[in-house]
Parts: sequence; C-alpha cells; structure tokens
Amino acid sequence: MKSNSSKLYLLAAIMVSLLVSFFQDQINPYYFQIVIYIGINIILATSLNLINGFAGQFSLGHAGFMSIGAYTAAVASSMLHVSSGNPTGFLVLPVALLLGGAVAALAGLLVGIPTLRLKGDYLAITTLGFGEIIRVVIQNLNFLGGPRGFIGIPKLTNFFWVFSVVSIVVFVISNLINSTYGKGFLAVRDDEIAAQAMGINTTKYKVVAFITGAFIAGIAGGLYAHFVSYINPQQFSFIKSIEIVVMVVVGGMGSTAGVIFAAVVLTILPEALRTVAQYRMVIYSLLLVIIMITRPQGLFGKRFNLGRFFSALRKLRVSS
Amino acid sequence: MPRTEQQHCLALDACTMKFGGLTAVSDLTIAIGYQDLMGMIGPNGAGKTTVFNMITGVYQPTSGSISFDGRQITNHKPHEIVAFGIARTFQNIRLFPSLTVFQNVQVSLNKSLKHGFSHSLLQGKKFHDEEREVRKTIIEILEIFKLDRMKDELATSLPYGDQRRVEIVRALATKPKLLLLDEPAAGMNPTEKIDLMRLIKSVKDLFNIAILLIEHDMKVVMGICEKIYVLDYGVKIAEGTPGEIQSNPKVIEAYLGEQVS
Ligand SMILES: Nc1ncnc2c1ncn2[C@@H]1O[C@H](COP(=O)(O)OP(=O)(O)OP(=O)(O)O)[C@@H](O)[C@H]1O
Ligand SMILES: [Mg+2]
Repeated sequence: MKSNSSKLYLLAAIMVSLLVSFFQDQINPYYFQIVIYIGINIILATSLNLINGFAGQFSLGHAGFMSIGAYTAAVASSMLHVSSGNPTGFLVLPVALLLGGAVAALAGLLVGIPTLRLKGDYLAITTLGFGEIIRVVIQNLNFLGGPRGFIGIPKLTNFFWVFSVVSIVVFVISNLINSTYGKGFLAVRDDEIAAQAMGINTTKYKVVAFITGAFIAGIAGGLYAHFVSYINPQQFSFIKSIEIVVMVVVGGMGSTAGVIFAAVVLTILPEALRTVAQYRMVIYSLLLVIIMITRPQGLFGKRFNLGRFFSALRKLRVSS
Repeated sequence: MPRTEQQHCLALDACTMKFGGLTAVSDLTIAIGYQDLMGMIGPNGAGKTTVFNMITGVYQPTSGSISFDGRQITNHKPHEIVAFGIARTFQNIRLFPSLTVFQNVQVSLNKSLKHGFSHSLLQGKKFHDEEREVRKTIIEILEIFKLDRMKDELATSLPYGDQRRVEIVRALATKPKLLLLDEPAAGMNPTEKIDLMRLIKSVKDLFNIAILLIEHDMKVVMGICEKIYVLDYGVKIAEGTPGEIQSNPKVIEAYLGEQVS
C-alpha cells in the first residue's frame, strides 16, 4: 500500500537522523551548522508554502511566527531545565518545541481571522506589519532580554531533532495536500468564488492553513533557538520573512520538492559565495533575478506561476 | 393554500437587488417545484445571473426573502447554501485551473467528508476507506458523463464543451436537490446545444433533482423546459409554458427591442 510505504520512509528518515546524530561531533562544525540551517529553512519554507503556495494567501510574516516559537521555547526550556532533573532531560526540547508551536499557532489564529479577509497585496502588507509588531513588542519585553536578546538557551538541538521534524513536516504536508480535504486549499487558491460555490468554507480553510503554517514555523523557531543558544529580535526581522518567501517563490509555489530544493540551494549559496567576499550579495541577488526572469513559475513549478497568482487575486471581483 | 408551500423546492418572494442606483432585479417572485425543469430567459443585462447570485448567497438581496426546501436561506453564506442542497455552474466557466478533471470534482466532495484535517495528516484506516469511497464516487459520475478517460488532464485544457460538462459534474458532485445552470450552452454550435439540452434533461431524471436553467437564446430552452420565466430590465415580464411564452407580446417586444439595438 502506498500509505504504508510512505510511513516506512518517514520511519527510515527518522532512524537515519538518529544514526547521524551519534556522529555529529565528528562533522566539521562549520559544515554542521550549515546542515542544521538547511534543515530549519526547509521546515520554514515548506510551512510557508502551505500558506502561500497551496492556499494562495500571500503572507510575509513568517519570521514573526518563528520568533514567537523561538522565544516561547527558550522560556519553556529555561524553566524546565532548572526545575526538572536529568532523567527526563530528553523531553525538555520536544515539550519546548510543541509549546513554541502552540503559541505561534495561537498568534496565527489571532492574526489570521481579521487579516485573511484581505486579498493579495493587502494581506502581504498586513502580515509584514504583524511580523514587525511582534519584533518591536519583544524588543520592549525585558524578561525576554529586550533588544539585547535572550541568552543561555541550552544547546539541545541536534541533527536528530532537526531532521526528524523535517521528515515529519514534509510527510504531513504532502499527506494533507494529496487528500480530498487538502484539495480545498488548492480550490481556495485557484478560485475563491468557485470554491465557495462547491461548498468550501474558504475562510476556514485559509485560517487552517495559516495556523498550521504558523505552528510549524514556531517549531522551527524553537529548533533555531536551541541551536544558536542566543536569540535577539533582529534575527527575526522582515528580512528573514523575505528570505523564506524567496525560497518558496524560487522553488515554485505549491511544489514541495521545489521548495525543499530551493531551501537547500539558497542556504548553501551565500556560504559558498564567501570566497568572493564583497560581491557575495550582488551575485546572490543577480542569480535570483535571472531565475525569476527565466522561470517565473519557480524552478519546479509548472502548473502555477506568480504572475497568474497576483492577477487572479486582483481580478477577484465578483462576476457571473 | 398552505399545501403549495410544501411543494416548492425553491421560492423567491419579492426579491430586489440594487447596486447603487441600478436595480438589477426588481420585486421578483418565482417558485420552483421538486424535480421541475425550469428556464429563465431574457436579453443581455436582464438580471438573470444576479438572480443566481442572490439564490446562492453571493449577493444578499436588498429586500425580499428566499426559501429552499422548507427553510429560509436568505443571508446565508455561499458554502452554507451548497450544504442546504443548491449547486450551480457559472456563465464564464470557473473551473479550478491548476486541478485535473478528477480533482475539480474532488473539491465538491469535501463538504461531505467525515474525516477531515487531522485524519488527512495521519492517514489511518478510516481515512483510506473514505478516500477510496470518494474515488469511486468521482469515477462513477465521470463515467456517466463520459469524462472518465480525461480524468487526469488539467480541466482547463479540455475543449470548451467538455469544460462545460465538467462544471456540471462538479456541481452535481455536491449532491444538490436543485441545480442552477447559467447559460450552459453558451458558445456552442446548434448541434452541441441540442446534445447538451438532452443531457440536461437526462440529468434531471437520473439524479431526481430540480433544475433552473438560464439561457440567452429562446429557441434552446423551448424544447426541454416545462415552464419559463422571462426577465427584462430586472422585472419578470412573463411566465408560462414554452407555447405561452412564444406568443406573449411582451416577450416578443423585449426580444425584438434587443435585435434592433
Ligand atoms: N456586482 C455588480 N455591481 C454592479 N452592477 C452589477 C453587478 N452585477 C451585475 N450588475 C448589473 O446588473 C445588471 C444585470 O446583470 P446580470 O449579469 O444579472 O445580467 P444577465 O441577465 O445575466 O445578462 P447576460 O445575458 O449578459 O449574462 C447589469 O446591468 C449588470 O451590469
Ligand atoms: Mg448572465
């Protein structure tokens, strides 16, 4: 059965992650760091792809959800770490991650319900604003370290946790999109009026996509916080949101394989370009421009492209 | 008589729809029985599509009320109205462009899923049983319309006539009691139109539903509709059997007026 084999793949991927994590100390720390960032970026990009690529809601606030997850998880683990002894130590990170995801999801619900009435550019700007508000709020919260940041987060994130989460997220999102339920997201993206006319509660679907995406981004934030052990609001500015959007757009909106590929390449690229020092960002930006001109639908996207996405949203005027 | 209320599948009671200063539909009262095949005709801009948009909750009528299957449906959202049992097609085909024929129909089965979001994530036995059921339903209905061989093609890549049929299948897949067809024969040649009208008649009998059909061209509906409403400038100017409509002077005038202009 198809489903059983995909569950086997998931299990295998988690086992491999566990195996690799035993040897992670032998890996060059610089390369290891890049590998972990690749994993975290895959989680962020595939979760944003659910909102932007599959449900067609152009969100620019993903770093906001990531930061909520990061700070929540950091607070949670610092409290759990102190109070609990060592025996249950391995539970600290998963509990912290789930808490981070839950609070991010709650934020997704609060932001999603009012903003998802907006279309296209308006939604993009509102979510961008939301991300910045989160940042400013955190900057002014002293118990989170304010602008100085949150220090001393235990380094609990390892290869196993990152790539188990990557595997689970990819598995879950693919399952969702391939199911009959998941077709509702694609219908909302393609034509909201037609979707409603086929019985789809479009608001509910948008909110579900938003909450799910926010939850996963929150978990990515928690993994990040427990890897770098020091977080500050600047790390989650709208530049980070744009970075994730670029991965989704370059990979091809609505193509999980494409988005994973783009997350890998776009994480490695700036590092690989370090040899050409000052031209690094120039080359990086140029490559993005070339990709978008030659393949506006993204590297892997064939059925759907950004131009059509925007024009469809703009034309969303009730007609016959 | 109180009995008539029961017999009506859909009833519009004095519905008016204004857009700013423009009255698109004015004080319209119509009634459709279960298993009726009704036509609605009228010149360009007469307000036919607006009537559909009021019934399906796309627009809220400025005044008046709509009841369906024994309940008030005025001011309900479009997806709720589908759940009550009204499905529609669009005058300008609105298939989901990135979905295949199969997936376009699959969207319509979403509303009757027993196992939703969480089951789709974890995919246990219940989920797979239900997905298999969904698949069977879709294939069966596509076979009836001879669309099963194209099920994996992008719906919008099909020839025009086939796209119209996919839209009808997609609407039927929501299991409606009333089907609203907005100019299903638009853009077809005369032979295709006749074929389509036969198909619509057989759909009505096969699925045991009521159908309200908008058509621009009077001749097309004459053959199959039991009763016809005529709209002009948002006002119902006539109703009756095809024979009565054909000889109604108001109708002739409305249509002649259109030909002259
Ligand atoms: N959303 C809207 N806003 C403003 N005016 C509208 C709107 N929808 C329809 N109208 C106007 O209402 C009138 C009736 O339009 P409607 O589309 O219902 O006509 P129709 O009978 O379906 O015509 P056709 O045969 O061309 O499809 C037209 O004058 C149209 O311009
Ligand atoms: Mg019309």
